[in-house]
Amino acid sequence: MDRVPILRIGDVLLVSIQVDLQDQGVLDLQEDLAEQLSSISARGVVIDISAVEIVDSFIGRMFATIASVSQLFDADTVVVGMRPAVAITLVELGLTLGNVRTALNLEKGLEILRGTRGRTGLEWAQPPPEVTR
Amino acid sequence: MTELGTESARLEIIGDDDVVRVRQLARSYAQQVKLSLVDQTKLVTATSELARNTLTYGGGGAAEIGIVRDDHRTGVRASFQDSGPGIPDLDLAMTDGWTSGNGLGLGLSGARRLVDDFELDTEVGRGTTVTVVKWSR
Repeated sequence: MDRVPILRIGDVLLVSIQVDLQDQGVLDLQEDLAEQLSSISARGVVIDISAVEIVDSFIGRMFATIASVSQLFDADTVVVGMRPAVAITLVELGLTLGNVRTALNLEKGLEILRGTRGRTGLEWAQPPPEVTR
Repeated sequence: MTELGTESARLEIIGDDDVVRVRQLARSYAQQVKLSLVDQTKLVTATSELARNTLTYGGGGAAEIGIVRDDHRTGVRASFQDSGPGIPDLDLAMTDGWTSGNGLGLGLSGARRLVDDFELDTEVGRGTTVTVVKWSR
């Protein structure tokens, strides 16, 4: 079975799901991403689902798993491009994506990754606030 | 429940790829009866959950999907049949978040919310049949 390609752009891993994935394909993608996260110091993972026509509980769980795994490697995960019909269906199905971040599109997703890391870096760089008397 | 006519097809569910085939078949009938995009997505998602249940919990089985009509509307009916262990406690199985396996426990309860008609027939030791219908508006 074809595997979903994982592209590397700087320190971000980009996955664009373009096919109707079998369950085994979903599990393969999860493993491949964990492998990549451990071998390069990625800052984030972006999963583009703009071509995905349905998200059922199996695929939904993959997003949550990838988000949790990426956290173990100090990376954030953003799911981008969810279709409106998919969003409505997910809510009615009762699937909450837990701590998975979502963004409207790829550009906004990358912005979020820059933002979270930028802020964290800034916080660490700043000296503790001085107490004024 | 309304019976299937000639516009229907039967699929064996014995592997992962059959779940994908069920989704594709449900999608094509949903488009034929002109379900809205949201209703198509709901139906296809429900059939995906139910086909996976047939595979995972029923040990495989078959799906029958097709077009149904009553006096003033058309819809898509999908039926999933297995000869697995059956469901001993139906109330529990229909509870959000409860699972007898490794799933999220949203398959049955979630699928029911996504369709218009939902019928479940199960007997311990004999198997389970789940039938759903989504009507066009």
